[in-house]
Amino acid sequence: MSDPLHPILDRPNSYIGRSVPRPNARRLLAGRGRYVDDITLPRMLHVAFARSPYAHARIVTIDSTAAATLPGVARVVAGAELAEVCTPWVGVLSHLEGLKSAPQHALAVDKATWQGEPVVAVLAATRAQAEDAAAAIEIEWDELAPVADAATALDATTPVIHDSLGDNLAWQRTFEAGEVDAAFDGADAVVEQTFEVGRHTGVTLEPRAILAAYEASEEQLTVYHSHQAPHMMQNLFALHLGLEEHNVRVVCADVGGSFGIKVHTYPDEMAVVALAKLTGRPVKFIADRLESFSTDIHARDHTVTARMAVARDGTIRAIEIDDLTGIGPYSVYPRTSGIEANQVVNLIGAPYGNTNYRARARVVFQNKTPMCQYRAVGHPIAVAVTEGLVDMAAAAIAMDPAELRRRNLLADDAYPAQAATGLRFERLSHHASLDKLLEMMGYDALRAEQASLRDKGIHRGIGLASFVELTNPSAMFYGVGGARISAQDGCTIRLDAKGSIICATGVTEQGQGTEAIIAQVAATAVGVPIEKVRVVTGDTDTVPYGGGTWASRGAGIGGEATVQAGKALREQILQVAGTILQAAPDTLDIRAGAVVDAADGRERVGLDEIARVAYFRADTLPKDFQSELVATRHYVPKQFPFAFTNGIQASYVEVDTETGAVRLLKHWAVEDCGTVINPQLVDEQVRGGVVQGIGAALFEHCVYDETGQLLTATMADYLVPMAFEMPDIEVAHMVSMTEDSELGAKGAGEAGTAGAPAAVLNAINDALRPLGAEVWAQPATPERILTALGKIGR
Amino acid sequence: MDDDIEIALTVNGEAVRARVTARQSLVDFLRYGLELTGSHVGCEHGVCGACTVRLNGEIVRGCLVFAVQADGQTVETIEGASDSGELADLQAAFHERNALQCGYCTPGMLLTAQALLATNASPSRGEIREALSANYCRCTGYHAIVDAIERVATERRQR
Repeated sequence: MSDPLHPILDRPNSYIGRSVPRPNARRLLAGRGRYVDDITLPRMLHVAFARSPYAHARIVTIDSTAAATLPGVARVVAGAELAEVCTPWVGVLSHLEGLKSAPQHALAVDKATWQGEPVVAVLAATRAQAEDAAAAIEIEWDELAPVADAATALDATTPVIHDSLGDNLAWQRTFEAGEVDAAFDGADAVVEQTFEVGRHTGVTLEPRAILAAYEASEEQLTVYHSHQAPHMMQNLFALHLGLEEHNVRVVCADVGGSFGIKVHTYPDEMAVVALAKLTGRPVKFIADRLESFSTDIHARDHTVTARMAVARDGTIRAIEIDDLTGIGPYSVYPRTSGIEANQVVNLIGAPYGNTNYRARARVVFQNKTPMCQYRAVGHPIAVAVTEGLVDMAAAAIAMDPAELRRRNLLADDAYPAQAATGLRFERLSHHASLDKLLEMMGYDALRAEQASLRDKGIHRGIGLASFVELTNPSAMFYGVGGARISAQDGCTIRLDAKGSIICATGVTEQGQGTEAIIAQVAATAVGVPIEKVRVVTGDTDTVPYGGGTWASRGAGIGGEATVQAGKALREQILQVAGTILQAAPDTLDIRAGAVVDAADGRERVGLDEIARVAYFRADTLPKDFQSELVATRHYVPKQFPFAFTNGIQASYVEVDTETGAVRLLKHWAVEDCGTVINPQLVDEQVRGGVVQGIGAALFEHCVYDETGQLLTATMADYLVPMAFEMPDIEVAHMVSMTEDSELGAKGAGEAGTAGAPAAVLNAINDALRPLGAEVWAQPATPERILTALGKIGR
Repeated sequence: MDDDIEIALTVNGEAVRARVTARQSLVDFLRYGLELTGSHVGCEHGVCGACTVRLNGEIVRGCLVFAVQADGQTVETIEGASDSGELADLQAAFHERNALQCGYCTPGMLLTAQALLATNASPSRGEIREALSANYCRCTGYHAIVDAIERVATERRQR
């Protein structure tokens, strides 16, 4: 099967499509990971922060006299002093027109705007001593009225958090296409609901961690950082500390989970690099779990009022939504906190052919932990709203929900297609995916089982969720708005002296399997056994310039750069081989680590011999020939601003109407991410993502009281999914390759999280609907379910 | 509070003498005192299981035991259990099945799985899931971990 657009897929001895185990996983299994806190530098100090205990309060005085004299304390630094080393930042992007935010400092100056904002840094010999001293800092506060509730943040009587901004509206977007009012007026049925998606957060098992060292004699800053985007941070550290960018080295070695939590700029982390520069000593900060809950970015926190018009034949006629989201006191730098609301507007209704669409999204400031992009940004909200409306519409016209989807999903032969919001879809497979899903789950038999159990008082529900997922973003995502966030990525591959290859990539590894798939692609493109490949990631000193890993870009963008670098190196090796063998390079190929005759595969010379001659016996090569055995190539998507993927999930649940508990019986996912480089790794991305989505649907919630105090700041209070309550998850694939790249791969990292909450909520409501109850607030806790059932008071 | 206390214990088969502060947790002592960084710190309040180590053969939360409590006791960490080879089949199954992503929970998962299999040679998937519920994993969704442990249980029974 020869494919002219994707010749890399026709390579002999290909590793693409094989479930190769991850080469770097053995080290982690042996307890030999190298996470930031595993690194100790000479003369290192630990930092702890005195943080604001209030959601909104003015700093009157800071007295660190007692703290400074405690054992081990080296230095105490407050906001004004640190501001002389580190300039403030403002998290806005020009393409989110009108988005505003206020200057944010590493340590609060004058006032604190959320509970947990860092105010004073204490440097000490041990972390415990630093924490002792941080607790001994006396801060006199003038407590201000907090803006806790997003719903009243714009009221005239609500205080304005940043006087300079005039009001608490960070950003607003409105959108309208088609004839919305006419479509609603002429509809056979209209369904309407308010959807709540609670605040939750990533809970990376390794907390945020950073270790910075500054060498004044060379003006060199080295930062070991648990982060997803080393080059982005290199730029920001240099910019805000007044350093030359090439003098800043950021190393992201093993990262203990990220999920978008570790792709942002955090004030306490900026404080750490500033303190390293200020003191000339290495400074380490490891967030504790309380700090994680109150200062890692939160996500979601959307209230969406939505309605859908539908015809009797099941055709979706129109959708209208109004989204309100509270983002905390600042738009987070540099990606901004407007993107999630923007995605909600963009993605609502995206799998369907609906053309009549009206949307408004308002993004407001409040005195809670800053909110920003977390895995699947906007998708879980848009999908929960769209798919919830679809199920309600199906119920309203008494049509099976799978059938209503079949009647509205974009046809598989209708591509390229465009959504009402202008999103362009190169090729999707909604119908094939739906058919596959229904077959996998045995939909009809499951419906029959559900009906027969209902008669016995057992309330089970089936929920479906179709969706599109944004992956492989071009510069249209961030770069166009002025952020120095690279959409392109690079790969450098070098033939080593023993015939193996070393591959340095700009995309990073946080456990997804980046190093495995880059090794698979490199081995395939060059033509060597995968055991002969070593992959290097996460060091701005050694890898080509790139964006890192986020927005499901590692395989699609990093992988394609690797294809092109590998092919270039293969050609360079064949130039040397041709010279040695007195053969035309185009009659030769590289297979299984040896140069062969392309025609019949006969082995001619090993790569170790090529390397030996090129590196050690160049005297035997012609004088007019110079061997080049390293190649670098970069790639950025060009034809489409984003490579949209699609998927569909189903959840089967049982609701205990006495306790309100939801038992997850099974979950299915069909995912189309184009070329599947490593099926097992894609499956595991989907499974992990599904479980994070289930967490949002059922458990995870950052709960605040009315004064802006976070009430769920331990792992005993903030519930994350545990093994016992999770279902087995069956995963299948469709393959619609992107023609934007030779590899044809799209992203898969966020699909699970995008679709799972909608599938679970729809399943719960499918179980509850005959009882006259509905729950559209996430997490769908037992309390909310029992309230909906009228079993406990509202 | 920072008064040093001398302790003597066995860690991964080696005799260790050290001075620790009274308040230092066992996992902090192992990580910072002995540079055994394979045991991870996730929550420091006994919920997540990333700091799981063995104390006298039983798995415990390294963040809920003080280093001084290990005086005179025997401690094993992932480094010791890995180097001795006793986890080799579990490690191989986790590797093949990709039952880890970021790897932060993995040392605790392996020691917990080993403890389960020591007491229950043929656990059901539900029993495996229950045994793992004291160890959080944010990456995998658990399914692959259950698969890997189930496979090792079967292999060990057949040996």
